[in-house]
This record gives sequence, C-alpha cells and structure tokens, in this order.
Amino acid sequence: MAGRSFLERIYATSVGHGLARRAGLADPPVLLRGRVRPAGPIGLGTVTGGVLAERTLDVLGLVGTGPLRDEPDQQTRDADGRVRPPAYHARLGALVIDATGVRTIADLEPVRATLRPAMRGMEKSGRVIVVADDASAVEGLEARAVAQALDGIVRTVGKELRGGSTANLVTCGAGVGPEDLASTLSFLLDGRSAFVDGQVIRVRPRKAGDSPDDAYDPARPLSGRVVAVTGAARGIGAAIAHTMSRDGATVICVDVPQAGESLARVANTVGGSALQLDITVPDAGRRIAAHVVGRHGIDTRLWAIVHNAGITRDRLLANLDESRWSQVLRVNLAAQIAINAVLLDPAIPGGLAEPGRIVGIASTSGVAGNRGQANYAASKAGVMGLVRAMSEQLRDRPVTANAVAPGFIETDMTAAIPFVQREVFRRSNSLSQGGRPVDVAETIAWLCDPASGGIDGQVVRVCGQNLVGA
Amino acid sequence: MVSDRDGRQAVIVGGNRTPFVKAGTTFAEASTQDLLTAALDGLVARFGLAGRTVDEVAAGAVLKHSRDFNLTREAVLGSALSPHTPAVDLQQACGTGLETVVYVANKIRLGQADTAIAGGVDSASDAPIVVTERLRRALLAARRARTPVQRAMAFVGLGPADLAPVPPAVAEARTGLSMGESQALTTTRWAITREAQDELALASHRNLAAAWDRGFFDDLVTPYLGVTRDGTLRPDTSAERLAALAPVFGRGPGATMTAGNSTPLTDGAALVLVAERSRAAELGWPALARVVDAQVAASDYVTGREDLLLAPVRALPVLLERTGLTLGDFDLVEVHEAFAATVLATLEGWRREGLGDLDRARLNVNGSSLAAGHPFAATGARIVASLAKMLAERGTGSLGLVSICAAGGQGVVAILEGM
Repeated sequence: MAGRSFLERIYATSVGHGLARRAGLADPPVLLRGRVRPAGPIGLGTVTGGVLAERTLDVLGLVGTGPLRDEPDQQTRDADGRVRPPAYHARLGALVIDATGVRTIADLEPVRATLRPAMRGMEKSGRVIVVADDASAVEGLEARAVAQALDGIVRTVGKELRGGSTANLVTCGAGVGPEDLASTLSFLLDGRSAFVDGQVIRVRPRKAGDSPDDAYDPARPLSGRVVAVTGAARGIGAAIAHTMSRDGATVICVDVPQAGESLARVANTVGGSALQLDITVPDAGRRIAAHVVGRHGIDTRLWAIVHNAGITRDRLLANLDESRWSQVLRVNLAAQIAINAVLLDPAIPGGLAEPGRIVGIASTSGVAGNRGQANYAASKAGVMGLVRAMSEQLRDRPVTANAVAPGFIETDMTAAIPFVQREVFRRSNSLSQGGRPVDVAETIAWLCDPASGGIDGQVVRVCGQNLVGA
Repeated sequence: MVSDRDGRQAVIVGGNRTPFVKAGTTFAEASTQDLLTAALDGLVARFGLAGRTVDEVAAGAVLKHSRDFNLTREAVLGSALSPHTPAVDLQQACGTGLETVVYVANKIRLGQADTAIAGGVDSASDAPIVVTERLRRALLAARRARTPVQRAMAFVGLGPADLAPVPPAVAEARTGLSMGESQALTTTRWAITREAQDELALASHRNLAAAWDRGFFDDLVTPYLGVTRDGTLRPDTSAERLAALAPVFGRGPGATMTAGNSTPLTDGAALVLVAERSRAAELGWPALARVVDAQVAASDYVTGREDLLLAPVRALPVLLERTGLTLGDFDLVEVHEAFAATVLATLEGWRREGLGDLDRARLNVNGSSLAAGHPFAATGARIVASLAKMLAERGTGSLGLVSICAAGGQGVVAILEGM
C-alpha cells in the first residue's frame, strides 16, 4: 500500500508488530462472518418464564438448552476456598436470555446468575442476546427503570466479553410475536452481525401487509426482488451490492457517472445493472424508477432503496465555507429525501413496492458529532431524524425506514486517516478492530429482509460498540 | 422500403462507449481489444447482461493487427457476457460501426437473431507497425529455406532502408493521398470557405460540451482508465482561436483545413444494443428508435472525377427514393464530421442532387466527430446511440438520418425512427 507512514511501515513488520503486542496492542480477534451460526449449543434462559425467545428459536428451527445458573447450590469452591460459579464443559455458541416479563429489581438477579457462568464459557464470536419488553410496553416506575437497567447490563456484557463475542439487547413492543422477532434473532446469532455489539434493537409487531410471501426463503430472502444501492461503485456500497446479491436480489448499482468504470465492474460481478446518476439532480428519483422499468419491465417495482452514497468535505467550522457545507448536505441528506418522495409515489412505475424497504446510512459522527465534520455530522444526524420521521409518516403503509450508523469501517475513506489516529479509532471499541464494509452490508441486508417488518424507524449502529457516542 | 418479416422490427435499446481521447494519450497503452472489451462491459453493466447470452455481437476496427482476426469474439470472451455469445468482425473503414448496426438489424428483421450488439473500436495508438515489403518477402523466403546458406541468401540485397519499420498512414492505396489531402482537393473543388468550416467546428464543440454538461452522456458513456469525458472536446474554444490555426492540409493561400476543423487520430470504442421490438418489450428493455432502412454507395474517386468522402451524396437519393421520404422530413440529421469541409460539401452535394437545403438547426445538435474525436470504426455506433436517445426524447415517429463517409470512396446512410 502506497502512502503508508513511517510508523505504519514499522508496525507492519514482525519486529514492530511484536513490540506493539508487548506494549498491549494485542492482535484483535478474528470475527466469524457470513450466514454462519456459532458452532456450540445455544443456551436459552428465562427469567420469569417468558416463552417468546423459545418460540422464536423454534421458528428458526433451533432448540435452546438450559443454561447454567450461578446459584448457591451450583457453586463450587476452588483450592483457595473461593466460591466459583458453575462452569460450562462445552463452550456455548450463544446465550439467549428471555427477559420478557422482568418488572422488578429482584427480577434482574436471575439475569446476572445466567450471565455469570457464560462470561468465561462462550466460544469465539459467541453471542449473548437478551430479549426483553420495551420500556414503552411496561407500566410502573420500577418496571420502566428495570427495562433501562437491562440496557446497562447488556452494554457491559459487550465490553467484558472477549474473543469477538458480542452482546445485544432486543426490546419488544406490545404484541410482538415470534414471527416479528425471527429475522432479528437469526441475524444476531449469525456471523452476519459480527460488528453489531452492545446495541439495543427495538422490535414492533409488523404492520398489516408486511409479511413475507409463500416463496420466502430465509437463506435467500431477497430472491426475485430488485433493490437499488447508491454509491455502489466501491467500499461499503459495493459490499452492499455483493451481500444483497448473495441474498438473491437483483441489484441496481447507482453511482456518479465519473465512477462508471468501477460501477460497471461491481454491477457485472453481482449480475446486476449499473445506473450512472448524480443523485443530486432534480429528476434522480424518476431516473431510478425509469431504470427499474427499463431493465425489469413496466410492472416491476423496487423492493428496497439503500441510500449509501455519501461524501465528506471535512473542515473545522472555523474554516468551513458554504460550498463544502451545502455539497455534503445535498448529497448525504437532501438527495435521499427527494428520491424517497418520488419512489413512494404509487403512481410512478418503478417506484417502491409495498411491502418495501428504505435504508439510510447514518454515522457515529452523526450520533456524537466529530471534530472537523460539522457538515457531515449534520447530514448523518439528519438521516437518523429522517428515518424516524418517515416511519411515522409511513405508519399506514407496509414500508419500513431504517438507518445503520457505521463506526470505524476499513474503507478507502478511512484509509486516508493518519495511521496513529486510525489505529486509535480501530481499537476504541469492544472488538478492538475496524469493521469491514461487509459488516455494514449484512446489517442493511437484514433490515431489507422481507421478514424484518418489525424493525422500523431505527438506527442500528455497526460499530463494534465504539466508545464514541455510545 | 425493406419490409420486415412477420412484422419484426429492429430497435435500438441503448448504447455505450468509452470516452474518446486523442491517440497517443491516456489510452496509449490500451490495446484495441482492451478498448472494445471495456465498451462491451460497460454496455453489459448498463443493461444487466452479465452472464447472459446475446444472439450476436458484430464489431470491427479499421486499424487492426493480424493477431486480432477474431477481435470481437475475443472481446466477448474477455467480457462479462456468457461465453455462448457468438461474434463477428466486420470492416468497411469508417462505415464499419454503422454497417454493423445495419447487419444486426437485418438479421433481427429476418428472424435470425432477437438480440444483438453492434459497433466498433479503433486505436490509432495501438496501430500495427509493419516491416518494409522487401524485408517481409525476405523473411518469408528465409522461412521457406532448407539450408543455412539459402536462409542467408534470402537477405542478400536488402539495404539499411529496408530494415526500418513502416509506420501506419491513413492514406488511400490507389491515390497515395492521405485522407486530409484527399479532402483538401474536395474542399477546393467545392469552394468551401475557412469561415464556414470553423463555424461548423465551433458548433460541434459547443453542442457536445452542452450535452456533456446537461448529463446527456450519463447513460451513453462509461469512463475508462480514469477518463470521464471526451479528451478532444474544447469547451472553451472560440471562432478567434480556430481562425488563428495554421492550415495543415492543402497548399498555398487556398489552404483552409486546420487541426481545428479536421478530426484528430482518436482512440475509443462504441457499441449499441439492438433487439427485436417485441423481444425488447418481453425483456423489459426500452425501445429508443427503430432502424428503418439503410443504403451504401461508392464514388469514382480514383479517376478524380468524384470525391473520396462524398459517397453519401450518391447513397442518400437512393434511400429517400426507396422510403418515399425527403430531406425535410428528418427532425435530426447526423453527418459524420470527418472534416468540417466534408460535411459542408455533402450538404451542398445533396442540394445539387435536388434534395433541398438542410435546416442547420437539425444538424449534429449534440456535436459530432470534430469535438468528440473519431476512432474510425467506433463513430457509427456513437452516432446511432446518441441519435436514438435524441429521437426517443422527441417522441414516437420522429425521424433521424445518419450519414457516414468512409475510406475507399464509400458512404453509408441510415434512417432511424423514434419509438
């Protein structure tokens, strides 16, 4: 790689690497990725006898085993006389805790008791998933407080787990059933969620008309569907195209005309088509819709639009002129508002199908702000506001609007960050490494799954539980 | 007019080309095959054809290595198309690109193909360099030799001059005149003024620049090797700048042809996707324009009685007679700008043939070869793709005419109708 700094070149040598390791920069764990489940058994614990998680696993064709609990009659003493929790003989692939029904502070103790043995009993890239009632679905001060307490527990578990294991909390609104939860639980169990850690994912009952059809195949959930991805010529966008193609979709790869050469390569690799389009032109939405019908026929509608295209024009505010300001807001925010308006018009051939999916890309910079990125942070926070507002606006239509917020992802864009700063960003999360474009892509593909209608108006961070803005 | 078998119609679905650049510049290291493959992959991507079979790909190049005897098929094999896609090389000098469109359109209309790709490529940078004729004969004789002595004898008599490589020249075999020198004769004979030529060149640059600026080429060109626009385009040129250029063809005070009103040697490739109309509809493809009819003709230029590049003057009356159309019926007319003077002489020739005056507002409205450049065999597909898109924008029934002159005193004209 050209342009590496002196320090980075030393770090890349075996001597430099060894020194770094002794200084505490251990090699990060290798993450399990793809449509792969953990190898070990799935421990399934319940706190108050809830059955939602069990039934959801059943939908996925999975069976949980009873987990160990750190209760007095299970504890042992070691040679020094210290009390030890029960220990797993075979490492757990995943631990799913059904915490629905948890209402009191006392209800939290079984959660601790189930988690404790697992903390040193998970296989590499193991999964801890806590399923709970959403705070909005419970009543009473203590119950609301306890709902939030679970959040703190799971985030801490994420930080304490090693070996690429992750912990996430799924909160369920009133009336959520196994079918609403299945695609999410499946995603969190899989290698697909490798870089999603320490997050809270809210599931709601799917809206009327937002269910997978009979042809739905969970292994290729996007089969027979046409999706459009902007900014698809490289990096995260190209990964989204690849991942959605793997999941069965025909991908319309959109990028600026100047990126046409690599765009064509991506489109041809994924067996999709290329649309050279500057998304900020006034008729961008209509041109996307026209491409849909001009390649797939007049009756075809778009299953999903992924607004991945984005630019940075970083400057400290003291140096930020109106051109850099407006360029970023136009590309990263205004364009997708205009395109969505067109695609959501049922009268326009080639517009968004119902059910259908809209996904935007936010950023941890949007969550937390970032020095030198006032314009970018504005646009990315704007995307978060946008998907929340859209999900309200689309209350009565079976279309979901969500966003993902990538943390540090290894791309050409982040490769331009100076080495030391980059290495700090990389390691300032629970997985001690940067994510890959595919990690963002997998998360988007899950949001676009026909069975993911229960996820709406949310921003899911793909950041390895980055400290920034968490 | 040629009747379509069973009502079959050949429609232009879309096109793709590389940007065109001056020879010896950015594409200098790319082979002819590289360029054609790039244009093909861009077209495949635009229409989502990866892994799919097209019934036939027809393309050609004017400057061609002997190793490229199967140029188009090799490009197909190097592309994302299914290897089951057959290909053919065709060649008619600068008429190549348009002739490939006519060829596949005819096959489609006859029912021999439903989908096809047509076009061409040229790289003046990748031109074959050959040895002198005396050296070539000596080498062949040496290969036939049975003994070392015979082999050595084969080279006896060769002088130092015979060992120098022979660079390519765009010269007519029978007159020895280059294209520019031939056109200079025509320019003088038809009294084409410098001002008229420069005016046409300026319009070409302005029209092409405007088309690029409004995104007209967003779905017609795929960047290649980092080049995103035509390299020969001079958006900021002016009448004054063009007037300041020294003549490069012709002699004496009457010489009017400059580098500004002549096309440079250019590298590039262009293709169009053609399909049977109902098949295009089944595939969900757009139909931009229908290929109505075409005519080729040749001029008697060797004797000097006629002009090398004015064969379209002979071709068009035949085509109009057969189709029952007049020059005034065409909403858009594309006359390939080999040289500005060629276009002006062609229009004058049509007038003298009684076809009437062409409304210049309909001529090359998005620029042509003077601004875009002219990779010989690629020009036809460049024009057809752009014209088809313009006709589709104008609407059903709009009529377009393409006229291309070619080396050897040949010319091809074709009619497209907007769908």
